Amino acid sequence: MASLDRTARAFLLTELVSGFALTLKYMFKPKVTVNYPHEKGPLSPRFRGEHALRRYPNGEERCIACKLCEAICPAQAITIEAEPRDDGSRRTTRYDIDMTKCIYCGFCQEACPVDAIVEGPNFEFSTETREELMYNKDKLLANGDRWESLIAANLHADAAYR
Amino acid sequence: MSADLIQFFTTNWLGQAIVMLAQCLAVTVPLLVSVAYMTYVDRKVWASIQLRRGPNVVGPFGLLQPFADGLKLVLKETIIPSSANGVLFIIAPMITFMTALVAWAVVPFDNGWVIADINVGILYLFAISSLGVYGIIIAGWASNSKYAFLGALRSAAQMVSYEVSIGFVLITVLLCVGSLNLSDVVVAQSGWFWHWYFLPLLPMFVIFFVSALAETNRTPFDLPMSEAELVAGFHTEYSAMTFGLFFLGEYANMILLSALGAVLFLGGWMSPIPHAPFTYVPGVVWFALKIAFLLFVFSWTKGTLPRYRYDQLMRLGWKVFLPVSLGWVVLTAAVLQFGGWVPKH
Repeated sequence: MASLDRTARAFLLTELVSGFALTLKYMFKPKVTVNYPHEKGPLSPRFRGEHALRRYPNGEERCIACKLCEAICPAQAITIEAEPRDDGSRRTTRYDIDMTKCIYCGFCQEACPVDAIVEGPNFEFSTETREELMYNKDKLLANGDRWESLIAANLHADAAYR
Repeated sequence: MSADLIQFFTTNWLGQAIVMLAQCLAVTVPLLVSVAYMTYVDRKVWASIQLRRGPNVVGPFGLLQPFADGLKLVLKETIIPSSANGVLFIIAPMITFMTALVAWAVVPFDNGWVIADINVGILYLFAISSLGVYGIIIAGWASNSKYAFLGALRSAAQMVSYEVSIGFVLITVLLCVGSLNLSDVVVAQSGWFWHWYFLPLLPMFVIFFVSALAETNRTPFDLPMSEAELVAGFHTEYSAMTFGLFFLGEYANMILLSALGAVLFLGGWMSPIPHAPFTYVPGVVWFALKIAFLLFVFSWTKGTLPRYRYDQLMRLGWKVFLPVSLGWVVLTAAVLQFGGWVPKH
């Protein structure tokens, strides 16, 4: 009887029909595609994207050249040189990040005592040449100026969990 | 003047040639456009099944995507492998493409709209669709590559197996019609849509459709080009427009077999309800709609089913379809004979 049942089901194509019905049903479900360049998915405040060096509201750069980020960087992507400025404060003369080495672990922003180096929400910074990915201090500070409002909002949103 | 023109186009050999050429163009150009848009519809249907959007960037709703793809194929370089047989390598895609086109000569688009109204239309179609396999075998052999060769062998075995059951399907239909002329086949199904042969011959319709999938190397029977095992099967070595011709031929074949299915089982150009206002719609529109429906089922199948294993494919062809279709031929013949429904001509 079981074999008769199986044969009848095979010849009546019951499994095929149910499979086709399922795919037909899926055809009318809403699409899950995010139309990427035109629309983007949500990002967490903790998202670790392109690096930026931040400034204080008065325009003074935050980084005090403690080199904790350089020390903790597991990929050794950060290079810092520093000497006292004319007014006696300690500042970097060179702050380079090799973005081709960086693994976006976020240790640098965790190590930073003054929230100077951060990984911002920008992830669209592909370049046409490799050299453009060797970021220097000017580039990082420019990033900081460009993304400051978003970065500050993200830091504020995440502050409660730190 | 007009009488002279009519005489020129009906009796003069040049006039007849011009008319014939115009008829061929009137079939081929819409066919190629439908092939282009079939690739688009295919991708859209698979995308919807997988909850994606499909092509939507080139032109409004991505409608220009087929032309972008075609342009890309035309502009790319045709690479002929150094170990390949150059002449056969070039000829193979042409054979596939041409056999897919010449078969359209006997397909009736509407009452009297047929290029060659020959008495052996079904046999002609059957013969031409068998010739199509030569393009694939030659391609596989001339490529001088193991993947292409294995793909070609699979394709040959597969087409031979499933042509047997398609043959029996055709025999069943022509038993009911009593004619091999495709226009006669359509006329024999006139009336309400339950007069169409898909209902009384439902098992044969299913067998026909599944065999059509196998004939055109579509999922779940796309073993000749199963990318998981054979890279791209018989057209592994092909690039640019030589590949493009295979692609066009494959889709033209799909449309051809859908047209054949529409003629044999879905009443060709007939409207489903033989009353106004449905009869005001031109027959060619109904025919196109039926083809479009069958093509949609082709895409739907590809979006639904996984690929058969090769031994399962052979088992289905020889151990299931052959006996079932043979049995149905005998049953149909018996019912026609003892029911007194044998068509008289």
